[in-house]
Amino acid sequence: MNKDITAEINKICTAVENARVRMMDIVRAVQEKYGCVSDDAIEIIARNISIPRVEVESMVSFYAFLSKEQKGTVAIRLCNDIIDRIYGCDVVARAFTEELGIGFGETTTDGFITLEHTPCIGMCDQAPAALVNNVVVTDLSSDKVRKLVKTLRETRDPQQLVTRFGNGNNSSDLVKAMVTNNIRKKGGIIFPLMDSAFAENAGLERAIAMSPVEVIDEINTSRLRGRGGAGFPTGMKWEFTRSSEGANKYIICNADEGEPGTFKDRVILTELPDLLIEGMTIAAYAMGAENGILYLRGEYAYLYDFLMSILSQRREKKLLGNAVMGKKGFNFDIRIQMGAGAYVCGEETALIRSCEGMRGDPRNRPPFPAQKGYLESPTCVNNVETFCCAVRILDKGAAWFSEKGTKDSHGTKLLSISGNCQSPGIYEVPFGITVREMLREAGAANARAVQIGGPSGQMIGPADFDRRICFEELATGGSVMVFGPERDILEVVSCFVDFFIEESCGYCTPCRAGNVILKKYLQKIMSGTGEPADLAALQDLGAVIKTASRCGLGQTSPNPVLTTLKNFRSLYEARVTESKSGLQPSFDLAAALKETESIIGRASVHP
Amino acid sequence: MSDTIAFLLDGKEVLAAKGRTILEAAEAAGTYIPRLCFMKGLLPFGSCRVCTVLVNGRPQAACTQPVAPGIVVESDTEEIKNIRKKIIELLFVEGNHFCMSCEKSGNCELQALAYRFGICAPTLPYQLPQRELDASHPDVFLDRNRCILCGRCVRSSQELDGKHVFQFVGRGSKKKIAVNAKAKLADTELSATDKAAAACPVGAILRKRTGFMVPIGKRLFDVNPIGTDIESARATK
Repeated sequence: MNKDITAEINKICTAVENARVRMMDIVRAVQEKYGCVSDDAIEIIARNISIPRVEVESMVSFYAFLSKEQKGTVAIRLCNDIIDRIYGCDVVARAFTEELGIGFGETTTDGFITLEHTPCIGMCDQAPAALVNNVVVTDLSSDKVRKLVKTLRETRDPQQLVTRFGNGNNSSDLVKAMVTNNIRKKGGIIFPLMDSAFAENAGLERAIAMSPVEVIDEINTSRLRGRGGAGFPTGMKWEFTRSSEGANKYIICNADEGEPGTFKDRVILTELPDLLIEGMTIAAYAMGAENGILYLRGEYAYLYDFLMSILSQRREKKLLGNAVMGKKGFNFDIRIQMGAGAYVCGEETALIRSCEGMRGDPRNRPPFPAQKGYLESPTCVNNVETFCCAVRILDKGAAWFSEKGTKDSHGTKLLSISGNCQSPGIYEVPFGITVREMLREAGAANARAVQIGGPSGQMIGPADFDRRICFEELATGGSVMVFGPERDILEVVSCFVDFFIEESCGYCTPCRAGNVILKKYLQKIMSGTGEPADLAALQDLGAVIKTASRCGLGQTSPNPVLTTLKNFRSLYEARVTESKSGLQPSFDLAAALKETESIIGRASVHP
Repeated sequence: MSDTIAFLLDGKEVLAAKGRTILEAAEAAGTYIPRLCFMKGLLPFGSCRVCTVLVNGRPQAACTQPVAPGIVVESDTEEIKNIRKKIIELLFVEGNHFCMSCEKSGNCELQALAYRFGICAPTLPYQLPQRELDASHPDVFLDRNRCILCGRCVRSSQELDGKHVFQFVGRGSKKKIAVNAKAKLADTELSATDKAAAACPVGAILRKRTGFMVPIGKRLFDVNPIGTDIESARATK
């Protein structure tokens, strides 16, 4: 074994005190340095943190951004979600393969560049987009790709690809990204209507003047519900965590927005990071937690330095650390945990696992995170937007917050709208807005179909456009994908099913094995050899996956199929035919006989 | 008596000790809830989902869900049976299960469940995956073609043998069993007498030179169809 590698990896492990729980930081560092976490590296890491080597291998093999095989110095990851396809990622992909002379999944012979596809990277409002190591490149075209490859080869530095900066903090020294915010509509709760609407840290100040129980009461009164999509009452979650036994409690922010079509957290993290941290600090006060973790998805690594600087500024201002805002006994600090490319880590128990340096397999419940979460301690996981809402509630009061919204969905919601619309971007709307109004605002009056809540949500057609966006009717974590009249809805569905196949953790049978079969049926129908019985088969299998899967990912994974079978049934029916001969149209007899014919050396006598 | 909990299982009242899972409580009462990844003596895993039941109308895995006072559990219904049947079919088509040539035939829990559910042939399309064999170990054979990813070997090695011979690698449909060595099973600490070598419900991990010691027709489930041991305990109560 190479001595240099051993010394270097030992150093990486020592930097986090050989702590098993920090394995994600270790393997990320090794991957970044060597372009892989090789067999030798696995051995060294295992020895350092005193676990069996297969445990390290198990963890590394789980995350898309980690690999045992050698990758190039630069990894180009082109997003191939459905929105990027609408905006021409296929043409961009071709340009990449031509320019680099390699296919997807391959590395150039000089070992410099690896080309890969990746699911949604949170840039649907500026698609097609790609990650070049941690650097985001947006609005790609085949011309831009040619220039990009040339620059990369000349400079060998991905940051040189950023020739213009985006607006707001995207242009700050610590971000320097070409990403633009695209905030199309401010709603007055997250994004202020006037610059002077909110004073900095006013929510935190008011919170620490109250007792922790009063803070939770205020949140309960506001009836704030989790903004990730499931809509669990936030106050209740805080109360459970607060009342759980355990000396060390943890506050975790889920900044792993991976639902295709979502990018709202990206904009909050860029423009309102202080608001988010303030929200986490209020939560810590309310629940009696001293430690927090901001779990940042691997795709947003370009925001890491910026967010680290926000944390240190807040420490300097005594807004984090010991005696926050001078409040004796209130100590709270936050570390950032980077992810490494796994959608399932947005599921809260999987996210906790990932924070512990494990595979992102969701856990069995009970126990719930509020009882036993991170390191078996009571843990509260909330969405980025939820923490931000909590600040405003403490600042302006529950009654103020509840002025907007519907009976069971108070406040506003950030929507990430993309696809076939004139103005893709972030819209902060009051809960209760109809789909039709929303489409009008985004310039998508002629939409054929809208995917509400991303692939795990539902696909609706014009018949449902008068329904409202709220927990009572159409719940969403914020992803809204618009499809125009020219879109093949089955192709969209197929793309979503591919996504779930790729992102399933593989723990339970229905999700792991079932989605692969759903895809088979879909392919059959799309190829024109499907029969009406295949629609029933899709329906039955979809229902089993929905009922029997272990976590939210599995339970929602058949939604693209099930909701389109319901809302766009005629599109399926038009593509299946009853076989008159009684033979299966999908069975190609000639092809099946081909191998035998070649062995026996003559053609078959079949008709 | 405060540690005893009463709940309804398919309309009948069942008493169970607090902290028991639904699967254990049902079993103690002589009701068999089909299962694959569950194994007595190991921590429950909840991965195969064959033991899915409805608890107050919500689907849960009976092997991981604890009993609670007054819950209404549905297990022996057409809806649940159809779900279990489909899951068993999924396991068949996901791997390469060729019962008639498998040494485990008659002792295989997957095969036995298929018989119990009246599955003659899967209705779902076969995936025919390419999977690796590992015959390197002198006494134990690992055939991933038959693996159903239940994790019984993983947990047995950790929890019963105090070793770490097996673990999962990969995710989704690429998830598979790996061994704690750079290359092969022979390079691990596995010994033929390990509990992990005997934990496999199917024919993925087999002890060598034992396959035909008992003739087909006289094997475990040939004589006592799966679940009948638990059900007959009720009959004799």
